[in-house]
Amino acid sequence: MPDDTTQHAAYDSKVEGNVIFTKVDAAINWMRSNSLWPMPMGLACCGIELMASGASRFDIARFGAEVMRFSPRQADVMIVAGTVTYKMSLAVKRIWDQMPEPKWCIAMGACASSGGMYRSYATLQGIDNLIPVDVYVSGCPPRPEALLEGLMKLQKKVTEEESSMAHFQADSARTLETSKA
Amino acid sequence: MSVILNALKEQFGKAILDVVEFRGEDTVIATKESAHKILKHCRDELAFDYLVDISSLDLLGEEPRFEMVYELYALGNGSNQHLRIKFKVAEDEKVDSVTDLWKTAKWHEREVYDMMGIEFNGLADHRRILMWEGYPYHPLRKDFPLAGRPTELPDVAFTEKAPLAGGPFVTSPTSASTSHREPRSRDFD
Repeated sequence: MPDDTTQHAAYDSKVEGNVIFTKVDAAINWMRSNSLWPMPMGLACCGIELMASGASRFDIARFGAEVMRFSPRQADVMIVAGTVTYKMSLAVKRIWDQMPEPKWCIAMGACASSGGMYRSYATLQGIDNLIPVDVYVSGCPPRPEALLEGLMKLQKKVTEEESSMAHFQADSARTLETSKA
Repeated sequence: MSVILNALKEQFGKAILDVVEFRGEDTVIATKESAHKILKHCRDELAFDYLVDISSLDLLGEEPRFEMVYELYALGNGSNQHLRIKFKVAEDEKVDSVTDLWKTAKWHEREVYDMMGIEFNGLADHRRILMWEGYPYHPLRKDFPLAGRPTELPDVAFTEKAPLAGGPFVTSPTSASTSHREPRSRDFD
């Protein structure tokens, strides 16, 4: 017979169903990974496939990423879809810098990943020259299914992050900085 | 010879070096000095109200080096006439802007300046239109490599030579089989 005083709270009928036990990381990552708001950086034909991913046939909403945000301040993941020319790369970098942390990047298609077939003076040879990329999606352009798989890969990556740790480390680094000042 | 070419020859005489008629296309080869005058005449007297395009050629190795090409179209009077006016420009010469005749010339001339490095008298705005401000080269010149040259504009932008990876992958005009014509890795050095 278990002692009344050691009885587990989850078995208390009054709160049962309203309380769950989990780790902070798991909870944060679960919320983040299922609500990745994309910044649609559609620069070429990949942008058309990105639109298809958002439409009814492929329906990116199934992964909680249907809220395309045209303001970088409301976006979580930048989907670089298309050829990044040097002239445009200044704008891409600026938009990336305006996105709040935590943020991720998907390089969609050959051009965004490596410059693709555009080996010339005008084209940036891969967006990873400017911003950190989490997932590369191959294809020219990739099918919407490929983008969705890339998104699922990113979701998996997000669920494995030590989110609270990153938060506290950033916090303590900031405290350290202020105490130094 | 077409009516328009005749009229122009009569009006300008020696300022027109040559006229070419090829399958209904009229081309006037003019001198650089008289080009603006001829273009103004075409707009005002011959009803060429639409400037379709301005482009430029780099004839590297020839003297003078560059050639300007103006494509005119008569839209307003319904005649559907098309006229091309060409003239040569040396490397150190400036071309008279036609922004005073057609407002659309502004972007065309900015593109010519950006890609070929030809400057214009009377073009108020010599900003880059395709490359970014501060880029030191004019990439459509024949002596500029396709892969580009490394550049550095502190705190703004830098570029490196693009890896051609066996390229450039271009089609080759030939009567041989498709596999010879298709874009493939070829050595151009």
